[in-house]
Amino acid sequence: MIIISVKNLKKSFGSVEVLKDINAEVKEKEVICVIGPSGSGKSTFLRCLNRLEDISGGEVVINGNNITDPKVNINKVRQEVGMVFQQFNLFPHKTVLENITLAPMKVRSAEKAETEKRAMELLDKVGLREKANSYPGELSGGQKQRVAIARALAMNPKIMLFDEPTSALDPEMVGDVLEVMQQLAKEGMTMVVVTHEMGFAKEVGDRVIFMDGGYIVEENTPDELFGNPQHNRTKSFLSKVLNHI
Amino acid sequence: MPSFSKKGEDTPMDVISSAIPLLLKGLEVTIYIFIIAIILGFLLGLLVALFRLAPIKILNWIAIVYVNAIRGTPFIVQLFFIYFGINSLHFVSLNSTTAGIITVAINAGAYFSEIIRAGIQSIDKGQTEAARSLGLTGSQAMRHVILPQAFRRMLPTITNQSIISLKDTSLLSIIGIADLTQQGQIQASATFEAFKIWLTVGVIYFIIIYLISALASFVERRFELR
Ligand SMILES: Nc1ncnc2c1ncn2[C@@H]1O[C@H](COP(=O)(O)OP(=O)(O)OP(=O)(O)O)[C@@H](O)[C@H]1O
Ligand SMILES: [Mg+2]
Repeated sequence: MIIISVKNLKKSFGSVEVLKDINAEVKEKEVICVIGPSGSGKSTFLRCLNRLEDISGGEVVINGNNITDPKVNINKVRQEVGMVFQQFNLFPHKTVLENITLAPMKVRSAEKAETEKRAMELLDKVGLREKANSYPGELSGGQKQRVAIARALAMNPKIMLFDEPTSALDPEMVGDVLEVMQQLAKEGMTMVVVTHEMGFAKEVGDRVIFMDGGYIVEENTPDELFGNPQHNRTKSFLSKVLNHI
Repeated sequence: MPSFSKKGEDTPMDVISSAIPLLLKGLEVTIYIFIIAIILGFLLGLLVALFRLAPIKILNWIAIVYVNAIRGTPFIVQLFFIYFGINSLHFVSLNSTTAGIITVAINAGAYFSEIIRAGIQSIDKGQTEAARSLGLTGSQAMRHVILPQAFRRMLPTITNQSIISLKDTSLLSIIGIADLTQQGQIQASATFEAFKIWLTVGVIYFIIIYLISALASFVERRFELR
């Protein structure tokens, strides 16, 4: 079943068109990795999927809700779409536990004890149970990102969006975060992941999308896209990034 | 021990200690007006800051006009406008205390609104995005994520403005409010001991302001522990 459908998506900032004509579909339980050079529009594309960016044209349908329709309650849709940011964006004035329980308690008016129990389970899952009462300022980057993942999961989303979740991390922290994401993929979470981690894309991705200049240039299984790229732009991008590994 | 002071002339301590009960009565009025006015002013400032940041042109303009009107005029003129000006229209009758509280609140509100606006804008926009991406509404994100962080950051400037407003209350004596300054005036002319009385009044203001600062830095330190 198709859970994300994007048709002729356009996005401009002022007079600059950043997304030119994006078409994509994501099936339930698929893991899509989005790669491409800096400034190609990857983050903007991802942020259009939960309308953190206003959509300039075209259509984005998430789990049956056309979020380009102003009548759709976007807050409701966002509850089903978790997002993880490059800069973590944890709430620094709240403990790890409070970071995770805030949205379920305020948005769903969930019961406190129940929500905290679930939050502790999520912390177990990301290996940070003992940090429940710490403040984000007391955590390493990798720990922060794992808390951010737990926070997004606390709303039981159907879809998870990741925008370069490991790019701000020290190299030795990257593995822990990718491991959590891989586990999530195994459990059947639908994921769209903007990443520079080609290894992750190869291993975990069901499909890889290559973006350049506001277009989706090429889209394929990881084996095909990395092993047999069709377009010159894809080839030259891959030759640059794969050389760096 | 026999007193060597001449008849009708008190020792310095006598002048002060007999004036103190009345000065403290004045202090009570000062604190009463200050507390009510600062709370109202703060709520007004918060509202105006939200107006200023709302994506609605007319609200932005209301906020801008209000802040500039207050910043561009002296406190005394604002006080006279509200006490004499508004009362002269005869559709309400404000007593001096009410007029005083309103003036201090409206005056402080304008400055608070600018402090709060700057505080809100200083919070990284990733915070709002994270909150909204979890399904919080704009006002839930403001209330639970942005404002608590902004207030911590604003605390020193808020304290500063509160101290300025406390000092502004001394101007309310002009419209006959029996605050600490007014009581000082009464005592000074009754005793002919202006030096001692005004020194005492000054010391009382100083102590109150010192306590406000101490309270503020205590609260700040509590927050810093996080
Ligand atoms: N809020 C904004 N206002 C104006 N221009 C923007 C804004 N956000 C992004 N852009 C522009 O849109 C283009 C695409 O940006 P985007 O962040 O989507 O790229 P990206 O592929 O995620 O790049 P990176 O790999 O560096 O994160 C860039 O040219 C960027 O400068
Ligand atoms: Mg990006």
